[in-house]
Amino acid sequence: MLYAILCYNSEEAIGSWSKEYHDETMTKLYAVNDKLARQGRLGPVARLLPTTAATTLRKGREEMVIDGPFAETKEQLLGFYVIDCTSLEEAIDTAKELAKANPGTGSYEIRPVAEFHPSQLADEKQPAT
Amino acid sequence: MTDLGWIDPILGAARPRVMGALLRYFRSLDTAEEAFQEACLRALKTWPQNGPPRDAAAWLILVGRNAAMDQVRRQAKQTELPDEAVLSDLDDAESSLADRLDGEHYKDDILRLLFVCCHPDLPATQQIALALRIVCGLSVKQIAQAFLVGEAAMEQRITRAKARIGNAGVPFETPGAPERAERLAAVAAMIYLLFNEGYSASSSREAEARKPLAEEAIWLARLLLRLFPAEPEIMGLTALMLLQRARAKARFDGEGNIVLLEDQDRSLWSRPRIAEGLALIDKAMRHRRPGPYQIQAAIAALHARAQRAQDTDWAQIDLLYANLERLQPSPVVTLNRAVAVSKVRGPEAALEMIEPLGARLQGYFYFHGLKGALLQQLERPQEAREAFGRAIALANTPAEAAHIRHHLDRLSC
Repeated sequence: MLYAILCYNSEEAIGSWSKEYHDETMTKLYAVNDKLARQGRLGPVARLLPTTAATTLRKGREEMVIDGPFAETKEQLLGFYVIDCTSLEEAIDTAKELAKANPGTGSYEIRPVAEFHPSQLADEKQPAT
Repeated sequence: MTDLGWIDPILGAARPRVMGALLRYFRSLDTAEEAFQEACLRALKTWPQNGPPRDAAAWLILVGRNAAMDQVRRQAKQTELPDEAVLSDLDDAESSLADRLDGEHYKDDILRLLFVCCHPDLPATQQIALALRIVCGLSVKQIAQAFLVGEAAMEQRITRAKARIGNAGVPFETPGAPERAERLAAVAAMIYLLFNEGYSASSSREAEARKPLAEEAIWLARLLLRLFPAEPEIMGLTALMLLQRARAKARFDGEGNIVLLEDQDRSLWSRPRIAEGLALIDKAMRHRRPGPYQIQAAIAALHARAQRAQDTDWAQIDLLYANLERLQPSPVVTLNRAVAVSKVRGPEAALEMIEPLGARLQGYFYFHGLKGALLQQLERPQEAREAFGRAIALANTPAEAAHIRHHLDRLSC
């Protein structure tokens, strides 16, 4: 079974980390990553840019593009895509394409990725399709 | 790193919101600061045992407010003032505290806190120092080090700034839309000033000392952007600073001398900062409400996007500077545009463009430096030498002079 672990914290607090504390924490996190990778249990890992860089496409009868992150508390995170785009426009167009395939309610938060490590899962553990 | 390393960032992150609320209650920067200090001390005592509260800022506001009210009560007793006169006002504050915390109030609290620091009566250096102390929470010692002045002098600068604000009075009513826009513009200008203070170093050692100023400016811009997520100029300002800051490691060579943009090793540029800056400028452009910060950020973005110096899209940069000239006419902007013009249309066109600026920029180092470089390209060595000579005489730092001397050396061989 594959599990996604979603990381939540106050980005204001993260932004106030000293360089020493940041580096020390990252070293400890990478140690966990390395162990999982050696075991062939590590899928893709991404670190996102701050929510200030986010744009949200709100689905509905009329789609709306909103500055900032997804802020609705009545809806839940159901999945995510990682796509390669040359511009924010292209990312918004892609989200609109998804919205067309899956219309109605909900939103797509479009957030640039700061750091991306591709999957290091052992082959036999690749998710079944 | 102690085990309490996780607490400081939480206190630091909560600071603007907590200080903003405490300033609204007590209407005095000193009281708000004391209350915040007291709340932090109590947090350091209780959080390690109980864990951090879910809403750290709300916890700190309540604890800080109560501590300051105790203090007011004690002082009231000592001076035998009627308790009620003081307390009825504060009780009033308590009853609406929950509403105020839940509402959008805190945005205006933080904006006010920032705006107080930009009071027009304060000279720029005092505005910046005050913002670093009050909003960012840097110690006087840290601020003094970044400004390369003594601690006592900085202490005095901050005390004077606070006294001026106390005398001038702080606007506490909730601002209307035009006032809010005005405050936002004043705060943005202060943040960019702070950034430039951190950026205007002439040696790598100085740059290292001033680094916190640039970092705090970016921190403040992100704070502002979270409060006002749909303001394209705030996106532009944040992007501009991120894109400039991305070049920090490439700005000085091994000996600590300045390396110009076109000679920089672009592999040293910070990719995450560039990515964030580009994402923000993309967002800002969608609004189609251009402003000076956005245009400058767009220019910085074109430099960031060029893999090598010779890949730079100078034609686009020329157009952007032309827009900036229209929005914010200034001889310095024209001078910058001339650099792009020299790349697109040649040194002659650029020289023609800057000649009329001579009267207004005759005391400006970069004017004579650029003029010399253009004359050099046009193979007019005698006039080039003359312009470089003037530039050296006007150089603000040994690094600037050394850079021009380097040009002169090339002229003589």
